[in-house]
Amino acid sequence: MMQERLLELQEEALQKVAAASELKELNEVRVAYLGKKGPITEVLRGMGKLSAEERPKIGALANDVREAIATKIEEKQKALETAAVNAKLATETIDVTLPGRPVNKGNLHPLTRVVEEVEDLFIGMGYTVAEGPEVESDYYNFEALNLPKSHPARDMQDSFYITDEILMRTHTSPVQARTMEKHKGQGPVKIICPGKVYRRDNDDATHSHQFQQIEGLVIDENISMSDLKGTLDVFAKKVFGQDREIRLRPSFFPFTEPSVEVDISCKICGGKGCSVCKQTGWIEVLGGGIVHPNVLEMAGFDSKKYSGFAFGIGVERIAMLKYGVDDIRHFYTNDVRFLKQFNHHEA
Amino acid sequence: MFVSYKWLQDYVDLSGINATELADKITKSGIEVEGVEKKSEGLKGVVIGHVIEREQHPNADKLNRCQVDIGAENPVQIICGAPNVDKGQKVAVATVGAVLPGNFKIKKAKLRGEESHGMICSLQELGFESKLVSKDYATGIFVFPNDVEVGKDALEELGLSDEVLELGLTPNRSDALSMLGVAYEVGAILGREVKWPVIEKEEATEKATDYISVKVEAKEDNPLYIAKFIKDVKIGPSPLWMQTRLMSAGIRPHNNVVDITNYILLEYGQPLHAFDYDRFGSKEIVIRRAKDAEKIVTLDEAERTLSPEHLVITNGTEPVAIAGVMGGADSEVKNDTTNIIIESAYFAGTVVRKASKDHGLRSEASARFEKGVDPARVREAGERAAQLIAQYAGGTVLQGAAEVDELIMEPAVISITLEKINTLLGTSMTVAEVESIFKRLQFGVELDNETFTITVPTRRGDITIEADLVEEAARLYGYDNIPATLPIGSATPGQLTDYQVKRRKARRTLEGAGLYQAVTYSLTSEEKASQFALETRESIRLAMPMSEERSQLRLSIVPQLLEVVKYNNARQLDSLALYEIGSVFFKQDGQELPDEKEHIAGAITGLWEAHLWQGEKKPVDFFVAKGVIEALFDTLGLADQISYRQAEINDMHPGRTAEVLLNGDVIGFIGQVHPTVQKDLDIKETYIFELSLKALSEAEVAPIAYETIPRYPSTTRDIALVVDQATKAGDIQDIIEEAGGKLLKEVSIFDLYEGERMEEGKKSIAYSLKYFDPARTLTDEDITKAHEKVLEAVKEKAGAELRG
Repeated sequence: MMQERLLELQEEALQKVAAASELKELNEVRVAYLGKKGPITEVLRGMGKLSAEERPKIGALANDVREAIATKIEEKQKALETAAVNAKLATETIDVTLPGRPVNKGNLHPLTRVVEEVEDLFIGMGYTVAEGPEVESDYYNFEALNLPKSHPARDMQDSFYITDEILMRTHTSPVQARTMEKHKGQGPVKIICPGKVYRRDNDDATHSHQFQQIEGLVIDENISMSDLKGTLDVFAKKVFGQDREIRLRPSFFPFTEPSVEVDISCKICGGKGCSVCKQTGWIEVLGGGIVHPNVLEMAGFDSKKYSGFAFGIGVERIAMLKYGVDDIRHFYTNDVRFLKQFNHHEA
Repeated sequence: MFVSYKWLQDYVDLSGINATELADKITKSGIEVEGVEKKSEGLKGVVIGHVIEREQHPNADKLNRCQVDIGAENPVQIICGAPNVDKGQKVAVATVGAVLPGNFKIKKAKLRGEESHGMICSLQELGFESKLVSKDYATGIFVFPNDVEVGKDALEELGLSDEVLELGLTPNRSDALSMLGVAYEVGAILGREVKWPVIEKEEATEKATDYISVKVEAKEDNPLYIAKFIKDVKIGPSPLWMQTRLMSAGIRPHNNVVDITNYILLEYGQPLHAFDYDRFGSKEIVIRRAKDAEKIVTLDEAERTLSPEHLVITNGTEPVAIAGVMGGADSEVKNDTTNIIIESAYFAGTVVRKASKDHGLRSEASARFEKGVDPARVREAGERAAQLIAQYAGGTVLQGAAEVDELIMEPAVISITLEKINTLLGTSMTVAEVESIFKRLQFGVELDNETFTITVPTRRGDITIEADLVEEAARLYGYDNIPATLPIGSATPGQLTDYQVKRRKARRTLEGAGLYQAVTYSLTSEEKASQFALETRESIRLAMPMSEERSQLRLSIVPQLLEVVKYNNARQLDSLALYEIGSVFFKQDGQELPDEKEHIAGAITGLWEAHLWQGEKKPVDFFVAKGVIEALFDTLGLADQISYRQAEINDMHPGRTAEVLLNGDVIGFIGQVHPTVQKDLDIKETYIFELSLKALSEAEVAPIAYETIPRYPSTTRDIALVVDQATKAGDIQDIIEEAGGKLLKEVSIFDLYEGERMEEGKKSIAYSLKYFDPARTLTDEDITKAHEKVLEAVKEKAGAELRG
């Protein structure tokens, strides 16, 4: 009798649990069936009428029923809770394609970008970065570089003089002269000299009265033209790409002898000839040579023991070629639409 | 230097090598060929015509109706507007179907009712530059000499089908400023012989010295002067071939005598000058330095004032030419000239250079003297000119020359070993290879074992030392054949200096804070040079500026950055954050060079933060800019050493400007640009800063030392203080920090209230104070004790009341 009643209650309770659609409803079921005034408790109260044999059996059954109901209620509660959370989250959905909060982020000027890249390359090869004043004495800018006052090559560098003896440096070579002097005739010297230089040019698409150079200088025993060629080959491949080739052509600079102009193979046409390289397949990028013995001697180096190479790179020229910039004035106008383009790392 | 491919063949055999191939070889061996031009490229249909009839056009005053024989079956009728066209002339006719420069096609036409079958051409219409056209034909058609054949290709006759190589010569290679010089270069490259012009001397028995004598008073400037004398010349046009060669080299034909002197200049590289003997004014040529303020009217009809730094040719009393630069108008060769003095001389480069520079006269002649002519060719060039004048101007060359010759010619003799060459180039050339190179250059070679003793001809004045010989060997061996290696030697540490590292850190920090790097000009106007200058010191002016706008060296970067702001603002680019690191220049008394320092400057304007679709906007203000430099000081490890002081600086907002101090010294400023300046520049509200990077980099920085992570909790107490408006938050903070003692670890401001609920002239600042002891948990008592001291101190020292 009692047994049947209990099973009946269990059946009834489980049906109500299953039917409950809200936590409140479920709680009502819990109170109704498992509470102290609930029907199961009532059934148990009548146990005194049972025999000693039956009592434990009914007791055990009653516990099983309670357990079964409680378990289901628990399960149902979790399910309802989860559903409630899900429903709430559903209302919180956002449009993930909307833009994120901008983080302020600036970047280097393209010229500095080139300079740092070249500096890092040469630092890796054991060079230090040497710098010097932008306003120079005629001595360091010209004379110490084998350009005495009457030298015809001074025609090539019309300069901004301040007094007869002081001028805006026309190249970063005076830094080489100053550094060599500091070494007091003792090699090795391995430096790279970046910096601003100035020449009396009217500003137009390809000329700028102010521009930047990076010069390199190595002095040691047995430094040769082939070392210059190898070094510049490393430079060209790093800055312009592994598939670039270089070519040396004889040239003239008063501070080097022999002197060379250095061309790189044209990236646009791959050497076949196009308008960028004026149909030659090659683009002139820098000059260099073997340090003139007069320059070594003037700086206190024994030109019989030491030899060296030097080269000079136009930073604007590199940047223009590398990034395809068509007007040198862009570098000095600082239009932010220009500056912001040099913002990411390139492989 | 323009080199005619055809003309060059007079001196060196070019068979088997076309102009383009030759250009490539010349470039690869050291002289850059900047271009190869064939003027007749794309042109066609221009023939020699013979004007057999010319009459006035029936319906037009200024037109001529010509019947022209062009070598076809029948003459053609051509209407021609040139004033100088006439019967009997041989002319260039662009026939129907011809193509002229600019892809101009000639068609049959009707001009005022008369048919025209072609066009009679001027030289300009055929592509010659106006400055190259002889003055005789400057405004009309070109008339050929009578011996040209009718119907022949006129472009060919005018030398337009020739190819001209443009050599870009470096200053050391003035030896190639002549056809013979180029011939030596090409001969060496190709391994071919150089053929010299043959001079056939036919001289009269009368002597040059019967008419003229030479005296040199400035022998250092002029060690060699040769005056040839040619009698009874007839001035007229020079032969067509000579005219076309001159034009191909960029020289305008004048008359036979002048053309011949120019021709020799191109052929030998030796400038010559022709004087009209009868207008010379004496029988004596005296070469001396000019007297002070002496005057001469030169060929270009300009009166020029001379100085003792200039060398002049005189007739014993008056200057008749500025040596090596330009002749005088009085003794110029004119159409009626009959007797001629030809000057062939060696003038020192320096004195010619000085005169050419002072008078602004750069000529073909001065360019060659300045760089040094070949002393060995002076005499021969004069002889050759005399011979050509006799040949083409009908004169008689008198015997010998009036001359002064004290020139000492010593060719350079240089010894060099094979090893030296190979070591400097990184090559492994053989003795035979090197010997062959020097021989091809026609240098004197003596070989002893592996040592070469080289005698360098005087034409190659650029070769004086071993390294010059190494270069000759390298360029003719071919740079492509030199291997590529890397220096082998003792290892050197490659690294940046401390300063350079700090500068890079500064760049990274400013970029990370959102600023873009700008690079501006160091040269600026006088007005801008010292605006916003951090130090009141004198600026530096260029001796010869190109413009006022770029005449002065900057003392501050800010004015240049404001120009950048202006530029961008004018293009609707309103939100900007820029920085620049660059040098500024202060004049230093008693020092040659200026005090040159690197500064960091910034300019920030517009919106700092804008998250528009969420409706957030934050315009730039003082504290945005200050935050940026605070981050910079933090990166450089200087935060504790920096302080700020309210300041008034010219052109800055008087209430929104601070000086930045490093350990008490002013090293920069920050603030808003004065609204009036903003208005003048037409820029929006802009905040700027400028700091001395040098000062920042020199400050001592404490090394990083690890501090234990706290194991005990800290306690925070907040206080709101009511103080006078003028009281500085920073000062109160200093008082709090001092009074708080060891337990007070951190003080921060979390609120500022200046609103209407405050008493007039007062404001409230709220501070959050964090107390902490690394060794224990603080008791309420400990904290209260420390906190009481703080409250007492602010009350006493800043007059602060606790806000209730």
